[in-house]
Amino acid sequence: MKRAAIRPSTPERSEDPRVDVSLTVNGQPVKRTVSVRMLLSDFLRHELGLTGTHVGCEHGVCGCCTVQIDGKAGRSCLTLAVQASGCTIRTIEDVADEDGVLHPVQQAFKECHALQCGFCTPGMVMNVLSRFEERQPLDLSESGIRDLLSGNLCRCTGYINIIAAVRRAAELLGRA
Amino acid sequence: MKPPLFRYEAPRTLRDAVAVLASDPDAMVLAGGQSLVPAMNFRVATPSLLVDIQHVEGFKGIAVDGDTIVIKAMTRHRELELDPEVRRVNPLIAEIMQHVAHVPIRNRGTVVGSLCHADPSAEMPLLFVLLDGTLVATGPPGTRHIAAADFFQSFLTTSRRQDEIVVEARLPVLPAGAGFAFDEVTRRHGDFALVGVGCVLSLDDRGCAQNVRLAACGISDRPVRLKAAEAALNGSLLAADDLVAAARASAGAVTQTDDMNTSMSYRRRVLGGLIQRLVPLAASRARGGKWQ
Repeated sequence: MKRAAIRPSTPERSEDPRVDVSLTVNGQPVKRTVSVRMLLSDFLRHELGLTGTHVGCEHGVCGCCTVQIDGKAGRSCLTLAVQASGCTIRTIEDVADEDGVLHPVQQAFKECHALQCGFCTPGMVMNVLSRFEERQPLDLSESGIRDLLSGNLCRCTGYINIIAAVRRAAELLGRA
Repeated sequence: MKPPLFRYEAPRTLRDAVAVLASDPDAMVLAGGQSLVPAMNFRVATPSLLVDIQHVEGFKGIAVDGDTIVIKAMTRHRELELDPEVRRVNPLIAEIMQHVAHVPIRNRGTVVGSLCHADPSAEMPLLFVLLDGTLVATGPPGTRHIAAADFFQSFLTTSRRQDEIVVEARLPVLPAGAGFAFDEVTRRHGDFALVGVGCVLSLDDRGCAQNVRLAACGISDRPVRLKAAEAALNGSLLAADDLVAAARASAGAVTQTDDMNTSMSYRRRVLGGLIQRLVPLAASRARGGKWQ
Protein backbone atom coordinates (compact mmCIF):
# COMPACT_ATOMS: atom_id res chain seq x y z
CA MET A 1 0.00 0.00 0.00
CA LYS A 2 1.26 3.42 -0.92
CA ARG A 3 1.76 5.90 1.86
CA ALA A 4 -0.30 9.09 1.69
CA ALA A 5 1.88 11.97 0.54
CA ILE A 6 2.22 15.06 2.70
CA ARG A 7 0.24 17.85 1.06
CA PRO A 8 1.93 21.01 -0.16
CA SER A 9 1.19 24.11 1.85
CA THR A 10 -2.21 25.73 1.46
CA PRO A 11 -2.29 28.88 -0.68
CA GLU A 12 -1.18 32.09 1.01
CA ARG A 13 -3.88 34.07 -0.73
CA SER A 14 -7.49 33.05 -0.30
CA GLU A 15 -9.82 32.97 -3.30
CA ASP A 16 -12.63 34.39 -1.13
CA PRO A 17 -14.30 37.66 -2.11
CA ARG A 18 -12.77 40.35 0.08
CA VAL A 19 -14.31 43.39 1.64
CA ASP A 20 -13.03 46.49 3.45
CA VAL A 21 -14.05 46.80 7.08
CA SER A 22 -13.38 49.69 9.40
CA LEU A 23 -14.37 49.66 13.04
CA THR A 24 -13.25 50.87 16.44
CA VAL A 25 -11.76 48.20 18.68
CA ASN A 26 -10.95 49.06 22.29
CA GLY A 27 -10.94 52.74 21.43
CA GLN A 28 -8.60 52.39 18.47
CA PRO A 29 -9.72 52.81 14.82
CA VAL A 30 -8.95 49.69 12.76
CA LYS A 31 -9.11 49.10 9.00
CA ARG A 32 -8.59 45.76 7.31
CA THR A 33 -9.53 43.98 4.10
CA VAL A 34 -10.89 40.54 4.94
CA SER A 35 -12.88 37.65 3.51
CA VAL A 36 -16.64 38.27 3.57
CA ARG A 37 -17.07 35.08 5.58
CA MET A 38 -14.62 35.97 8.34
CA LEU A 39 -16.34 35.83 11.72
CA LEU A 40 -15.80 38.72 14.13
CA SER A 41 -14.25 36.27 16.62
CA ASP A 42 -11.62 35.23 14.04
CA PHE A 43 -11.13 38.85 13.01
CA LEU A 44 -10.27 39.85 16.57
CA ARG A 45 -7.98 36.88 17.12
CA HIS A 46 -6.26 36.40 13.75
CA GLU A 47 -6.32 39.88 12.21
CA LEU A 48 -5.82 41.94 15.38
CA GLY A 49 -4.03 39.42 17.61
CA LEU A 50 -6.53 39.98 20.43
CA THR A 51 -6.63 36.39 21.63
CA GLY A 52 -8.39 37.17 24.91
CA THR A 53 -11.70 36.55 23.12
CA HIS A 54 -12.03 32.78 23.19
CA VAL A 55 -13.72 30.54 20.65
CA GLY A 56 -15.59 27.56 22.04
CA CYS A 57 -18.56 26.16 20.15
CA GLU A 58 -18.85 28.59 17.22
CA HIS A 59 -22.62 28.33 17.19
CA GLY A 60 -23.67 30.67 19.95
CA VAL A 61 -24.17 28.21 22.80
CA CYS A 62 -21.09 28.49 25.03
CA GLY A 63 -20.73 32.27 25.30
CA CYS A 64 -16.89 32.20 25.40
CA CYS A 65 -16.62 34.63 22.47
CA THR A 66 -18.87 37.31 24.03
CA VAL A 67 -17.67 40.87 23.37
CA GLN A 68 -19.39 44.25 23.47
CA ILE A 69 -20.78 45.40 20.13
CA ASP A 70 -21.84 49.06 20.32
CA GLY A 71 -21.89 48.77 24.10
CA LYS A 72 -24.00 45.62 24.30
CA ALA A 73 -22.89 42.04 24.87
CA GLY A 74 -22.99 39.93 21.72
CA ARG A 75 -21.56 36.71 20.35
CA SER A 76 -18.56 37.46 18.13
CA CYS A 77 -18.87 33.97 16.56
CA LEU A 78 -22.41 34.77 15.39
CA THR A 79 -21.40 38.07 13.82
CA LEU A 80 -19.54 38.43 10.55
CA ALA A 81 -16.66 40.91 10.67
CA VAL A 82 -18.31 42.77 7.78
CA GLN A 83 -21.54 43.09 9.80
CA ALA A 84 -19.53 44.79 12.54
CA SER A 85 -18.04 47.34 10.13
CA GLY A 86 -18.78 50.79 11.50
CA CYS A 87 -19.38 49.40 15.00
CA THR A 88 -17.52 49.98 18.24
CA ILE A 89 -16.16 46.75 19.73
CA ARG A 90 -14.80 46.24 23.22
CA THR A 91 -12.97 43.07 24.20
CA ILE A 92 -11.61 41.66 27.45
CA GLU A 93 -8.22 43.32 26.72
CA ASP A 94 -9.84 46.71 27.37
CA VAL A 95 -11.41 45.86 30.72
CA ALA A 96 -8.52 46.17 33.20
CA ASP A 97 -6.88 49.60 33.19
CA GLU A 98 -3.48 50.26 31.63
CA ASP A 99 -1.61 49.76 34.91
CA GLY A 100 -3.12 46.30 35.23
CA VAL A 101 -5.60 47.27 37.93
CA LEU A 102 -8.51 44.88 37.55
CA HIS A 103 -12.04 46.03 36.82
CA PRO A 104 -14.39 45.36 39.76
CA VAL A 105 -15.98 42.45 37.87
CA GLN A 106 -12.55 40.89 37.29
CA GLN A 107 -11.57 41.62 40.89
CA ALA A 108 -14.72 39.86 42.10
CA PHE A 109 -13.97 36.81 39.93
CA LYS A 110 -10.46 36.71 41.40
CA GLU A 111 -11.57 37.14 45.03
CA CYS A 112 -14.30 34.51 44.76
CA HIS A 113 -12.16 32.00 42.86
CA ALA A 114 -14.75 32.05 40.09
CA LEU A 115 -12.45 30.39 37.57
CA GLN A 116 -10.32 27.33 37.31
CA CYS A 117 -9.03 26.87 33.76
CA GLY A 118 -10.24 30.35 32.83
CA PHE A 119 -11.29 29.53 29.28
CA CYS A 120 -14.87 30.77 29.75
CA THR A 121 -13.89 33.76 31.90
CA PRO A 122 -13.47 36.48 29.22
CA GLY A 123 -16.99 35.75 27.92
CA MET A 124 -18.38 35.63 31.46
CA VAL A 125 -16.77 38.97 32.35
CA MET A 126 -17.95 40.69 29.16
CA ASN A 127 -21.50 39.45 29.71
CA VAL A 128 -21.65 40.37 33.41
CA LEU A 129 -19.97 43.74 32.81
CA SER A 130 -22.47 44.59 30.08
CA ARG A 131 -25.42 43.82 32.31
CA PHE A 132 -24.05 46.07 35.05
CA GLU A 133 -23.52 48.84 32.49
CA GLU A 134 -27.00 48.43 31.00
CA ARG A 135 -28.80 50.69 33.53
CA GLN A 136 -31.71 48.25 33.76
CA PRO A 137 -32.86 46.89 37.13
CA LEU A 138 -30.88 43.73 37.92
CA ASP A 139 -32.29 40.70 39.72
CA LEU A 140 -29.45 39.71 42.06
CA SER A 141 -31.28 36.81 43.68
CA GLU A 142 -29.77 33.35 43.20
CA SER A 143 -32.17 32.57 40.35
CA GLY A 144 -31.71 36.03 38.81
CA ILE A 145 -27.93 35.60 38.72
CA ARG A 146 -28.29 32.10 37.30
CA ASP A 147 -30.50 33.57 34.58
CA LEU A 148 -27.92 36.30 33.91
CA LEU A 149 -25.18 33.66 33.54
CA SER A 150 -27.30 31.15 31.63
CA GLY A 151 -25.78 32.08 28.28
CA ASN A 152 -22.24 31.25 29.42
CA LEU A 153 -21.05 27.70 29.96
CA CYS A 154 -18.31 26.78 32.45
CA ARG A 155 -17.09 23.21 32.51
CA CYS A 156 -14.90 23.44 35.66
CA THR A 157 -16.39 25.31 38.57
CA GLY A 158 -20.00 24.27 38.92
CA TYR A 159 -21.06 27.95 38.93
CA ILE A 160 -21.28 28.38 42.72
CA ASN A 161 -18.26 30.66 42.86
CA ILE A 162 -19.26 32.48 39.68
CA ILE A 163 -22.62 33.33 41.24
CA ALA A 164 -20.78 34.55 44.34
CA ALA A 165 -18.53 36.67 42.10
CA VAL A 166 -21.52 38.40 40.47
CA ARG A 167 -22.84 39.21 43.93
CA ARG A 168 -19.41 40.52 44.98
CA ALA A 169 -19.12 42.56 41.78
CA ALA A 170 -22.47 44.15 42.61
CA GLU A 171 -21.07 45.15 46.02
CA LEU A 172 -17.89 46.56 44.49
CA LEU A 173 -19.91 48.51 41.92
CA GLY A 174 -22.38 49.79 44.52
CA ARG A 175 -25.26 47.87 42.95
CA ALA A 176 -25.92 45.33 45.69
CA MET B 1 -17.49 25.51 11.93
CA LYS B 2 -16.78 28.27 9.44
CA PRO B 3 -19.40 29.51 6.97
CA PRO B 4 -19.16 28.42 3.32
CA LEU B 5 -18.38 31.00 0.66
CA PHE B 6 -20.96 33.57 -0.32
CA ARG B 7 -21.18 36.96 -1.98
CA TYR B 8 -22.19 39.88 0.23
CA GLU B 9 -24.31 42.96 -0.45
CA ALA B 10 -25.41 45.64 2.00
CA PRO B 11 -28.06 47.74 0.21
CA ARG B 12 -29.17 51.09 1.66
CA THR B 13 -32.73 51.23 0.33
CA LEU B 14 -35.63 48.77 0.32
CA ARG B 15 -35.83 49.02 -3.45
CA ASP B 16 -32.18 48.00 -3.86
CA ALA B 17 -32.55 45.26 -1.26
CA VAL B 18 -35.52 43.69 -3.05
CA ALA B 19 -33.76 43.97 -6.42
CA VAL B 20 -30.56 42.32 -5.21
CA LEU B 21 -32.49 39.59 -3.38
CA ALA B 22 -34.53 38.86 -6.51
CA SER B 23 -31.36 38.69 -8.63
CA ASP B 24 -30.30 35.32 -7.20
CA PRO B 25 -32.68 32.46 -6.27
CA ASP B 26 -30.16 31.19 -3.69
CA ALA B 27 -29.80 34.56 -1.95
CA MET B 28 -30.81 34.89 1.70
CA VAL B 29 -31.58 37.88 3.92
CA LEU B 30 -29.18 38.53 6.81
CA ALA B 31 -30.61 40.56 9.72
CA GLY B 32 -29.20 39.87 13.21
CA GLY B 33 -27.71 36.56 12.12
CA GLN B 34 -28.40 34.74 15.40
CA SER B 35 -30.04 31.80 13.59
CA LEU B 36 -28.59 32.16 10.10
CA VAL B 37 -24.91 32.49 11.05
CA PRO B 38 -24.88 29.32 13.21
CA ALA B 39 -26.76 27.50 10.42
CA MET B 40 -24.03 28.68 8.03
CA ASN B 41 -21.27 27.74 10.49
CA PHE B 42 -22.78 24.24 10.52
CA ARG B 43 -23.14 24.47 6.71
CA VAL B 44 -26.83 23.66 6.99
CA ALA B 45 -27.52 26.95 5.20
CA THR B 46 -25.42 27.64 2.10
CA PRO B 47 -26.68 30.87 0.51
CA SER B 48 -24.81 32.02 -2.59
CA LEU B 49 -25.51 35.64 -1.72
CA LEU B 50 -26.18 37.32 1.63
CA VAL B 51 -28.26 40.48 1.57
CA ASP B 52 -27.40 42.32 4.79
CA ILE B 53 -30.40 44.57 5.56
CA GLN B 54 -28.98 46.32 8.65
CA HIS B 55 -28.28 49.56 6.77
CA VAL B 56 -31.60 49.75 4.88
CA GLU B 57 -33.34 53.08 5.54
CA GLY B 58 -36.47 52.89 7.70
CA PHE B 59 -35.79 49.38 9.01
CA LYS B 60 -35.23 50.35 12.65
CA GLY B 61 -37.54 51.13 15.54
CA ILE B 62 -40.82 50.32 17.23
CA ALA B 63 -44.02 52.37 17.03
CA VAL B 64 -47.28 52.02 18.92
CA ASP B 65 -49.92 53.29 16.51
CA GLY B 66 -53.40 53.18 18.04
CA ASP B 67 -54.12 49.51 18.74
CA THR B 68 -51.12 48.23 16.79
CA ILE B 69 -47.48 47.70 17.75
CA VAL B 70 -45.29 48.03 14.65
CA ILE B 71 -41.94 46.24 14.79
CA LYS B 72 -39.51 47.07 11.99
CA ALA B 73 -37.31 44.54 10.20
CA MET B 74 -34.10 45.31 12.12
CA THR B 75 -35.65 45.76 15.59
CA ARG B 76 -33.64 43.60 17.98
CA HIS B 77 -35.36 41.35 20.52
CA ARG B 78 -33.93 43.29 23.45
CA GLU B 79 -35.27 46.62 22.12
CA LEU B 80 -38.81 45.24 22.03
CA GLU B 81 -38.41 43.56 25.43
CA LEU B 82 -37.31 46.80 27.15
CA ASP B 83 -39.57 49.28 25.32
CA PRO B 84 -41.61 51.00 28.08
CA GLU B 85 -44.58 51.82 25.84
CA VAL B 86 -44.78 48.20 24.62
CA ARG B 87 -44.66 46.98 28.24
CA ARG B 88 -47.58 49.26 29.05
CA VAL B 89 -49.86 48.27 26.18
CA ASN B 90 -48.93 44.59 25.92
CA PRO B 91 -47.03 43.21 28.94
CA LEU B 92 -47.33 39.66 27.57
CA ILE B 93 -44.55 40.50 25.08
CA ALA B 94 -41.88 41.19 27.74
CA GLU B 95 -42.98 38.12 29.70
CA ILE B 96 -42.54 35.85 26.66
CA MET B 97 -39.24 37.44 25.68
CA GLN B 98 -37.57 36.43 28.96
CA HIS B 99 -37.56 32.96 27.43
CA VAL B 100 -36.00 33.86 24.06
CA ALA B 101 -32.42 32.51 24.25
CA HIS B 102 -30.11 34.72 26.40
CA VAL B 103 -29.57 38.47 26.67
CA PRO B 104 -26.43 38.54 24.42
CA ILE B 105 -28.45 36.72 21.72
CA ARG B 106 -31.44 39.02 22.24
CA ASN B 107 -29.13 42.03 21.88
CA ARG B 108 -28.29 40.96 18.30
CA GLY B 109 -31.17 38.81 17.05
CA THR B 110 -34.19 40.47 15.44
CA VAL B 111 -37.88 39.77 16.04
CA VAL B 112 -38.68 39.63 12.33
CA GLY B 113 -35.67 37.39 11.71
CA SER B 114 -36.94 34.91 14.29
CA LEU B 115 -40.37 34.91 12.62
CA CYS B 116 -38.85 34.28 9.19
CA HIS B 117 -36.63 31.50 10.58
CA ALA B 118 -39.87 29.84 11.84
CA ASP B 119 -38.46 27.33 14.28
CA PRO B 120 -41.54 25.42 15.51
CA SER B 121 -40.21 25.50 19.10
CA ALA B 122 -39.52 29.25 19.12
CA GLU B 123 -41.46 31.72 21.24
CA MET B 124 -41.92 34.68 18.87
CA PRO B 125 -43.84 32.73 16.21
CA LEU B 126 -46.11 31.46 19.01
CA LEU B 127 -46.72 35.05 20.16
CA PHE B 128 -47.79 36.08 16.65
CA VAL B 129 -50.12 33.08 16.24
CA LEU B 130 -51.59 33.62 19.71
CA LEU B 131 -52.39 37.31 19.10
CA ASP B 132 -53.17 37.12 15.34
CA GLY B 133 -50.20 39.27 14.38
CA THR B 134 -49.55 40.35 10.80
CA LEU B 135 -46.40 40.39 8.68
CA VAL B 136 -45.81 42.93 5.93
CA ALA B 137 -43.67 41.61 3.06
CA THR B 138 -42.29 43.54 0.09
CA GLY B 139 -41.17 41.85 -3.12
CA PRO B 140 -40.72 42.90 -6.77
CA PRO B 141 -44.51 43.00 -7.45
CA GLY B 142 -45.24 45.09 -4.33
CA THR B 143 -46.23 44.81 -0.68
CA ARG B 144 -48.65 42.33 0.89
CA HIS B 145 -49.95 41.65 4.38
CA ILE B 146 -49.81 38.07 5.66
CA ALA B 147 -51.72 36.87 8.74
CA ALA B 148 -49.50 34.95 11.17
CA ALA B 149 -51.82 31.93 10.85
CA ASP B 150 -51.00 31.80 7.11
CA PHE B 151 -47.33 32.73 7.47
CA PHE B 152 -46.04 29.67 9.35
CA GLN B 153 -46.32 26.74 6.94
CA SER B 154 -44.08 24.01 8.32
CA PHE B 155 -40.72 23.33 9.98
CA LEU B 156 -38.49 26.35 9.11
CA THR B 157 -40.89 27.15 6.26
CA THR B 158 -43.05 30.24 5.79
CA SER B 159 -45.22 31.67 3.04
CA ARG B 160 -42.65 34.42 2.45
CA ARG B 161 -41.42 34.08 -1.12
CA GLN B 162 -37.67 33.91 -1.60
CA ASP B 163 -37.60 37.36 -3.23
CA GLU B 164 -39.63 39.04 -0.49
CA ILE B 165 -38.35 40.93 2.55
CA VAL B 166 -40.54 41.12 5.65
CA VAL B 167 -40.32 44.86 6.32
CA GLU B 168 -42.35 44.91 9.51
CA ALA B 169 -44.40 42.77 11.88
CA ARG B 170 -47.51 44.00 13.68
CA LEU B 171 -49.02 42.91 16.97
CA PRO B 172 -52.20 44.16 18.63
CA VAL B 173 -52.22 45.72 22.10
CA LEU B 174 -53.89 43.57 24.76
CA PRO B 175 -57.63 44.24 25.15
CA ALA B 176 -58.50 46.25 28.30
CA GLY B 177 -59.01 43.94 31.27
CA ALA B 178 -57.53 40.87 29.58
CA GLY B 179 -55.36 38.50 31.60
CA PHE B 180 -52.35 36.78 30.10
CA ALA B 181 -49.72 34.16 30.89
CA PHE B 182 -46.85 32.36 29.22
CA ASP B 183 -44.49 29.64 30.35
CA GLU B 184 -42.51 26.82 28.83
CA VAL B 185 -40.69 23.66 29.79
CA THR B 186 -37.08 23.36 28.63
CA ARG B 187 -34.11 21.20 29.53
CA ARG B 188 -32.07 24.32 30.34
CA HIS B 189 -33.10 27.97 30.65
CA GLY B 190 -32.77 29.68 27.27
CA ASP B 191 -33.06 26.50 25.24
CA PHE B 192 -35.78 26.04 22.69
CA ALA B 193 -38.99 24.93 24.38
CA LEU B 194 -39.99 21.27 24.60
CA VAL B 195 -43.44 22.79 24.98
CA GLY B 196 -44.42 26.44 25.47
CA VAL B 197 -47.95 27.76 26.06
CA GLY B 198 -49.35 31.29 25.85
CA CYS B 199 -52.80 32.30 27.10
CA VAL B 200 -54.93 35.45 26.88
CA LEU B 201 -58.49 35.63 28.24
CA SER B 202 -61.15 37.96 29.62
CA LEU B 203 -63.74 37.39 32.34
CA ASP B 204 -67.36 38.57 32.25
CA ASP B 205 -69.28 39.98 35.25
CA ARG B 206 -70.10 36.48 36.51
CA GLY B 207 -66.47 35.37 36.26
CA CYS B 208 -66.98 33.24 33.16
CA ALA B 209 -64.08 33.07 30.72
CA GLN B 210 -64.49 34.86 27.40
CA ASN B 211 -62.38 35.21 24.29
CA VAL B 212 -59.94 32.57 25.52
CA ARG B 213 -56.88 32.29 23.32
CA LEU B 214 -54.36 29.50 23.76
CA ALA B 215 -51.38 28.72 21.55
CA ALA B 216 -48.44 26.36 21.89
CA CYS B 217 -44.98 25.89 20.40
CA GLY B 218 -42.83 22.75 20.30
CA ILE B 219 -45.75 20.41 19.65
CA SER B 220 -46.06 20.48 15.88
CA ASP B 221 -44.22 21.57 12.73
CA ARG B 222 -45.39 25.14 13.45
CA PRO B 223 -46.90 27.12 16.35
CA VAL B 224 -50.60 26.25 16.75
CA ARG B 225 -53.75 27.71 18.28
CA LEU B 226 -55.38 25.20 20.67
CA LYS B 227 -58.96 25.70 19.46
CA ALA B 228 -60.41 22.58 21.14
CA ALA B 229 -59.02 23.61 24.52
CA GLU B 230 -60.26 27.19 23.98
CA ALA B 231 -63.77 25.85 23.26
CA ALA B 232 -63.67 23.81 26.48
CA LEU B 233 -62.91 26.95 28.50
CA ASN B 234 -65.02 29.65 26.82
CA GLY B 235 -68.08 30.42 28.95
CA SER B 236 -66.86 28.26 31.85
CA LEU B 237 -66.04 29.35 35.40
CA LEU B 238 -62.56 27.82 34.98
CA ALA B 239 -63.22 25.23 37.66
CA ALA B 240 -60.80 22.33 38.07
CA ASP B 241 -63.01 20.12 35.86
CA ASP B 242 -62.98 22.73 33.10
CA LEU B 243 -59.19 22.91 33.20
CA VAL B 244 -58.88 19.12 33.02
CA ALA B 245 -61.32 19.05 30.10
CA ALA B 246 -59.22 21.72 28.29
CA ALA B 247 -56.01 19.81 28.95
CA ARG B 248 -57.58 16.61 27.56
CA ALA B 249 -58.91 18.47 24.54
CA SER B 250 -55.43 19.80 23.76
CA ALA B 251 -53.83 16.36 23.31
CA GLY B 252 -54.81 16.06 19.64
CA ALA B 253 -52.86 19.22 18.79
CA VAL B 254 -49.56 17.47 19.57
CA THR B 255 -48.35 16.02 16.28
CA GLN B 256 -44.60 16.16 16.96
CA THR B 257 -43.55 12.51 17.14
CA ASP B 258 -40.85 11.16 19.47
CA ASP B 259 -37.53 12.89 18.80
CA MET B 260 -34.11 13.14 20.40
CA ASN B 261 -35.45 15.60 23.01
CA THR B 262 -38.49 13.79 24.31
CA SER B 263 -41.51 11.64 23.46
CA MET B 264 -44.91 12.55 22.05
CA SER B 265 -46.71 11.33 25.16
CA TYR B 266 -44.49 13.47 27.42
CA ARG B 267 -45.19 16.52 25.26
CA ARG B 268 -48.95 15.85 25.65
CA ARG B 269 -48.62 15.65 29.44
CA VAL B 270 -46.54 18.84 29.61
CA LEU B 271 -48.99 20.67 27.35
CA GLY B 272 -51.95 19.68 29.53
CA GLY B 273 -50.03 20.60 32.68
CA LEU B 274 -49.07 24.03 31.36
CA ILE B 275 -52.69 24.75 30.35
CA GLN B 276 -53.92 23.84 33.84
CA ARG B 277 -51.32 26.10 35.43
CA LEU B 278 -51.39 29.10 33.07
CA VAL B 279 -55.15 29.56 32.52
CA PRO B 280 -55.75 30.22 36.26
CA LEU B 281 -52.77 32.63 36.28
CA ALA B 282 -54.22 34.55 33.32
CA ALA B 283 -57.62 34.58 35.05
CA SER B 284 -56.18 35.91 38.31
CA ARG B 285 -54.49 38.73 36.39
CA ALA B 286 -57.77 39.51 34.63
CA ARG B 287 -59.52 39.54 38.01
CA GLY B 288 -56.86 41.70 39.60
CA GLY B 289 -57.43 44.23 36.85
CA LYS B 290 -53.77 45.13 36.87
CA TRP B 291 -50.75 43.49 35.39
CA GLN B 292 -48.08 42.23 37.71
